[in-house]
Amino acid sequence: MSRVVFLEDRCKGCRLCVAACPVQILRPSGRFNHHGYEVMEMSGTCTGCASCAVMCPDVAIRVFRTAKSRGHAA
Amino acid sequence: MDARNLENLLRPAEGETLVFDTNPVLNERLTHYCPGCLHGIAHRLVSETLHELGVAERTILVAAVGCATFTYDYFNVDGLEAPHGRACAVATGVRRARPEAVIFTYQGDGDMAAIGMAESLHAANRGERITSFFINNTVYGMTGGQMAPTTLLGQKTTTTHDGRRMDREGGPVHLAEMMAGLDGVAFAARCALDSVKHVREAKKAMRKAFEVQLEGLGFGFLELLSSCPTNWHMDPVAASKHIVEAMIPVFPLGVFKDKTADSPSVVQKEGVPHA
Repeated sequence: MSRVVFLEDRCKGCRLCVAACPVQILRPSGRFNHHGYEVMEMSGTCTGCASCAVMCPDVAIRVFRTAKSRGHAA
Repeated sequence: MDARNLENLLRPAEGETLVFDTNPVLNERLTHYCPGCLHGIAHRLVSETLHELGVAERTILVAAVGCATFTYDYFNVDGLEAPHGRACAVATGVRRARPEAVIFTYQGDGDMAAIGMAESLHAANRGERITSFFINNTVYGMTGGQMAPTTLLGQKTTTTHDGRRMDREGGPVHLAEMMAGLDGVAFAARCALDSVKHVREAKKAMRKAFEVQLEGLGFGFLELLSSCPTNWHMDPVAASKHIVEAMIPVFPLGVFKDKTADSPSVVQKEGVPHA
């Protein structure tokens, strides 16, 4: 399974990643970083398309893709 | 999440490839922009493009006034700050002094299309070998959401309480089309930053805007439709939707001029399928 890693200290909680995810596996986590912004979490099977990372204004997302789960064009 | 845990997460497991990472040209510093502000995406695209072209070492950034004033803090390239609106004029001076440099300006709509209109258009008309990025979010962001030259008709701002009116304030300025009409401009395009597809198109257009400079063809201009969730009084997701619904019909996307030989359009016009 591919996965996304949130650099939580960079997150400003804008949720553009949540809206961008084509398989809708991102959601607010209920946890807050030291700036006071609510950070996101992944829940579900990630395809590794990196749409979330492309739309993140704060470059707070890293995406790891496994060969098998490649479902979307990068 | 503690640091060690994050370190472990950032290590690729067997069979995994890191397919999205930051790049060395983008400074690690967290930006001062509001949550959901698309300046961050524009910054990443510029830094990636400079990194891919391999020209960051000889790049000089000319920052504007407005939210983008601190742009020089976010790029690992040399930079200087221009007086309000005069980034293209300052960049002209930089070009005279440093013929080998790669020079770009990063300006907002209040900066480039209002106080700096004359300097920008004349630098473009002289065919200065510089690249300008014009962030159009239809308001003066930093100063609190006043009307900008690009404010949409009917849009309420702190200086147009009942919405902008054609008979009172005139219509929104279409800078990309104006630039395309000047002989010195080698590339003029308008892209948007609202969606993955448009962001990828913007990256390609950005590369072209730098390439015309590197090839000595003239002025490179790219307008980027962006949002201002704070002054639009919208959440970031709604603001991105607003770009599609309200801005793109007024500011059509596309390449308006491209002097490079055999240049297929990098931006798909809305409603026009790719050939």
